[in-house]
Order: sequence, then C-alpha cells, then structure tokens
Amino acid sequence: MELTAKERMAIKRHGMAEQPPDLRNRNFKEVPYGYTPEEAVAEAQRCLSCKTKPCVSGCPVEVPIPEFIALIAEKKFAEAARVIKTKNVLPAVCGRVCPQENQCEGKCVRGKKDITQAVAIGNLERFVADYERENNLMGLPEIPKKNGFKVAVIGSGPSGLTVAGDLIKLGYEVTIYEAFHRGGGVLVYGIPEFRLPKKIVETEIKALEDLGVKIYYNSVIGRLHKINDLFNIMGFNAVYIGVGAGLPIFLDIPGMNLNGVFSANEYLTRSNLMKSYLFPKYRTPMIIGKEVAVLGGGNVAMDSARTAMRLGAEKVTIVYRRAREQMPARAAETHHAEEEKIEFKLLSNPVEIYGNEEGWATGMKCQRYELGEPDESGRQRPVPIENSFFEFDCDQVLVSIGGQANPLITSTTPDMKINKWGYIEVDDWGRTNREFVYAGGDIVTGAATVISAMGAGRRAAKAIHEDLIKETDETLRPPGAETEEGEEE
Amino acid sequence: MYEIIEKSEIFNVHKMVIKAPEIADSIQAGQFVIVMGNEYSERIPLTVSDWNTYTGTITLYILEVGISTLELARMKIGDSLYAVTGPLGIPSEINNYGSVVLGGGCYGIGGIYPIAKACKETGNKVISIIEARYSFMFYHEKELHAVSDQVLYATSDGSKGEKGKVEDVIREMLEKGVKIDHAFFMGCTQMLERCSEVTRPYAIPTTVALNSIMLDGTGMCGACRVSVGGETKFTCVDGPEFDGHKVDWKELYTRKSAYIERETVVYQSYSHGCMAERT
Repeated sequence: MELTAKERMAIKRHGMAEQPPDLRNRNFKEVPYGYTPEEAVAEAQRCLSCKTKPCVSGCPVEVPIPEFIALIAEKKFAEAARVIKTKNVLPAVCGRVCPQENQCEGKCVRGKKDITQAVAIGNLERFVADYERENNLMGLPEIPKKNGFKVAVIGSGPSGLTVAGDLIKLGYEVTIYEAFHRGGGVLVYGIPEFRLPKKIVETEIKALEDLGVKIYYNSVIGRLHKINDLFNIMGFNAVYIGVGAGLPIFLDIPGMNLNGVFSANEYLTRSNLMKSYLFPKYRTPMIIGKEVAVLGGGNVAMDSARTAMRLGAEKVTIVYRRAREQMPARAAETHHAEEEKIEFKLLSNPVEIYGNEEGWATGMKCQRYELGEPDESGRQRPVPIENSFFEFDCDQVLVSIGGQANPLITSTTPDMKINKWGYIEVDDWGRTNREFVYAGGDIVTGAATVISAMGAGRRAAKAIHEDLIKETDETLRPPGAETEEGEEE
Repeated sequence: MYEIIEKSEIFNVHKMVIKAPEIADSIQAGQFVIVMGNEYSERIPLTVSDWNTYTGTITLYILEVGISTLELARMKIGDSLYAVTGPLGIPSEINNYGSVVLGGGCYGIGGIYPIAKACKETGNKVISIIEARYSFMFYHEKELHAVSDQVLYATSDGSKGEKGKVEDVIREMLEKGVKIDHAFFMGCTQMLERCSEVTRPYAIPTTVALNSIMLDGTGMCGACRVSVGGETKFTCVDGPEFDGHKVDWKELYTRKSAYIERETVVYQSYSHGCMAERT
C-alpha cells in the first residue's frame, strides 16, 4: 500500500534500541541492538524519495540511498543490501561508523528543521547488511575472466579493501599486503568491539577472499618488499598504497613519556587487536587506569574514553581544547560517551603531566581557553586565558590529538612525491607522481573517516582500471596472461 | 609458514631456526622481527641473529623472561609460529670505521653476530666481547669467531675470559690505549648503559640497540618511545639503534618496567598450572 507524502511525514524517526548505559559501560558488547524488520520498514517509509536525492550527494561513495530504502519498505532486505554493495563494499561497517549527520542524513530534507528527524539512513544501511549476513544471503557476485593484470594493495583497511573489492570484480588479480596478523586496519585495531563487532570485519574480509583476493599478513611493505620490488620482482602492474595515518602525535609538554601516558593508538590496539580486555586469556597486558584523562575530541578520543570505562576506570574525563560544537566526533559517539558518564572538560588544554618518583603519571595541569576570532576555516580559534589554570588527578592519560604521516613507505621509495607533512601527493583520482602507483585514505589526507578512505579507494580503483586497460600493449601486459586466463576458468 | 626447523636450549636462552624465506631475503644487520607464538600471544620484538637465504630461514635467540617467551620456548620442532613480522627497524649503519668493538650479553651474544659480520665485510677490524654469568652460557661462538679478528670473554665467576663484564674488558682496553673507532652494544638495558658510560670519556662513537616495549613495530603506537638527546624517538622506526651517549636511561628503565606487575600475575598463575582452566 503506497503511503502519501503526508502520511510519511507523520512518522517519527525510529531510534535503535540500545544496551542501557550503566550496563554497557562495563562490557564490550555492541551498544545498539539493531532494528527489527518492522522498525526498518517503518523507518524506510519515512523516506520521501526526493527526485533530487540530496542524500546521495552527501555520500562520499554515492550509495543509491532512495533506491535501497524503497526496497526495505517493500521488505526486500537482501536486495536492498545488494543495491548498496554496488557502491559500498562495507555497508555493515559504514552503517555503524559513518558520520551520517554530516553526510547523507545531513542533507536529508526530513532533517532540515531538526537533524534528529532525518531519515535514519545509517541505521537502515546497518540493518540490511546485518540481515543479509546473519541470514547467509551474501551471494558471490559473478567474477569476470581474469584480465591478466596483477595489482598489489598495501594495507587492508577501509580504502585497501575497497580497491581490492572493486578490482577483483573487474577481473584483476589482487594481492593485499597487511602489516598486522589480522586484516581490517583501523576497523580491527582502532574501532572497539562495542562499536563495530570484529566478526563483521572478518566476514567482509572472508567475502573478499572468496572472490579470490589474496591476503598476505605480517607483511610490512617498505621493509619486506620495497615498492619497486613489487613491480620488478613480484610482477605487479599497479600498486595501491592505503597504509593509514601512522605515527601518533604527543604534546610537547613535560611528562609525556611518563608511565601511564599512552597514545590512543597504543591503548586501542592493545584492547582491540590484541584483545587485552580479555587478559590473561590473551597475553597482551593492559594497564587499568583508575582516573583516566583523554586528550582530544574526535572519535578516537571517544573510543578511548569508553574503552577505559569498560576496562574498569572509576572516572574518565575528556579534555578538549575547543568547545563542544567543535568536537569532530560523530554526534552518536559523544552522546553515548556522555550517557556512559564520561566527563568533559572543554576549552581546556594540558600544560603539564605530573608524575611520581617511580615515573608514573599522577595528575595534570591544564590551562583554560576561550573562543576567539574565527580562523580561515571559519571555526572560532581557541585562545588561552592568561593565568587561568586548574589541576586534577589522573593516573592514566590517553593522547588522541591526531597523527602524522608514517614514513615507512615514502622513505624507502625515494622518488615518491610527498607534501610538507609527509603525506603522499596524489591527483583527484589517487595517482601519485610514480606511474602505476596510487594512494588513498589517511596516508594522503591525514586522519579522516572510514568512508572518505573508501571513497578514495573507489576513485583509485577506477583510475587503475582506466590506466591499465588504456595501456594494453605488449610491454605492459604480462607474458602468459592469456594462458592464465584459461587456468582461472 | 614460520615453521620451527631447529630448536635448542642454552641455559635460559632458546635458539629457534624458523622458516621465513621472504624475511631471510630482505633482512639486514641490526633489524628485528616481531613474533607471536599463537593467536593469543603478545607481539614480541626479537633481534634476528642469523639468516640463510638458501634454506630460507632466520635464527632467533629468545631469552625466557615471562609468559610469552616461556610459551615460545615450549614450542617444538615442526610447530609453526602464528606470526613473524619483519624485517623491522633501520639497519645498522656500517661504515669502514677502522677498529670496531661489539659487546653482547644475553640475547645480544647472538644479536651482535650479523653486525660483526657486516663490519668485517666492510673491512673493519672486529673485536667481539661477550659476557655471561658462567662459561657454559655462551652460544653462537663459532660463527662469531669466524667474523671477528678477536673474541674476548667475560664471566661473572671468571670461568671463562675475564672475571667481570663487557664494560670491564673495554675499560681495560681503553686504559691500555687500544684504539677503538666505533662501539656497538646489544643486551640488557643495564649493560647498554654501563658500556656507554665506559666509552663516553673517550668520546668513542657508541651505538646501542634498544629493546623497549613494542606493539606494532611500524611506528603506529608509540609504546616504544625513548628520549634521545632530548628528543622523543620511536625505537621501532627511528631505531632500534641510537647513540648510547644520548639515551635517557632512567626513563627507559621506567618505561620498560610498566607491565611487570601485570606480567607477574599471569606468569605466576601459568606456572601454578591454573591457566588452562581459566582460559
């Protein structure tokens, strides 16, 4: 039965049922339970199917949003998932971690007056992807004949997985090199279980392997193989670099190397990848802070704070230099953190970490800030208030103020063009200055989102396809490509 | 992958020869690998003491100090390690220095071998000095002799070579006026510090291979940060070798001790045999 626009407008947004805050802040299970099919259908009916599709313009990978939502309204859940997958290889992930309020949902006409009333596109995306996976409806797409080209993808994070998924479906032979012993990059070492269950990432990677993508773990490119070796010795025709951001930044203040001061990367990697929240079954130890201070206002800061709470902290405080509205974290994460009794000290910046004689952190001195003139980006600049300091106790400090480019690959690939911050320079399609070498994700942009990395991967895959297919002359096409095609069949 | 081809024990040090052909092909002196015995293990950084590109193997000497090294030590020939990542770190800077002294203790007895070899191949005069508590705790000696002009020993009980430690041997050499153009040290942090203090008054360029706590080994986490000459460096990507006269040793001791309490808990419960039930 077709609803009228007025009827659709009358339906209020469906929130997702969640674990109650004082239960979940002591466990690592996922926070939202997910929609029931009924809720999903009802939420889908709120979509007005605008002709102009503003939501799609807000999506870095241009998921056909109104189309998949219409299928949900018709209860064709698995079909809806497949429609998303024409543009997004990781819908179960993106439904959970995208900053929808700044992207698709931010453009939704239903959220114009009140953003909290936009169609819950992220929730719906998550629902269909989960539905497809949990009911074993993930069909294998048809793989065309191998075209004879070999592509190496460095890093199995969101951008690398996207490149691999796109190219394998175009007939390329794809090999991923991953530095860690598990695949997924930031999806496994960075984003905690309670926000993105690891079995989802495992399923996505398994699906790629089923399509024929080869993954070599424990392989640090730049050391084990250099970029030139991938071409000259291993015989790849193109290389995609998606190695992620890299080195954590520490503040240049006294006390940064005290025990108990961690980069968020280390803290989260211990907990997520090495599973030290299951210590001692998993052997990697973790220091449990009682009073934990987290520096920064992004998703990583929220993840760190919420992990600390779950590991048994009595008090967790986020210290952020700017104001609340300027926090880069997803709205849902800040909201969840608050519900879990994480405290916020805004417009505050540490100037010193205090330590005891044994070299452990004991407290922090902060300076208060106020908002001043807007900077070039239009954000009001935080300005320190003179002689306005405060102190508080903390035995653990988690530093989550961003990163800098990892030089592992660029320093061993001398002719690769990088910018003054060490990030790789690329054109709009991810082409580096080296022929047939492409890059995307955080190693190009600095720390950004999962979906923007996937967008970069999508564009680079297009460029790789275009550049290789254009050059189908004998010099490029590997000898024996034709026989290989035969064997693959 | 990563099958254990050969294994033996020298007191508390376990020799493991592991199939890892790609690493054997690309590794250089001074680099290390990170290993995991099984999927529950910690990631442990270990210096690679030797490698063979023909057999596709690397040789590790593992000092048994805690639960993870103990679990590695209990693995048998034919077992495979869960993960071996490497080579990692910047290779040693090997020049024709002239006369080079290499000091090694514990795992560093094996660890200095590739550096000694590279120094020898570059035309240096190589003096290797190794220390242990007792004479029967030395290993990898034949190989070391083959690439050294001289191998000197130091033992705590005087059962082989000089009674004392590497730094005592070097001090004596320097007092006698033996010319040393460069020194490399590998072993426990105390040894590295003491040896560096001996070469400092003589302004002998001194390279120490640090062994701070690591996690990923690719620069991503900063667990291994050390202060060198007042600057924060990451041992995994900026090192592992640094100027021994510039390292902030006190900070390094503190940072290295961070997990002792947690590690002791798990080590003791393992030793008492209750681990199996709990996991």
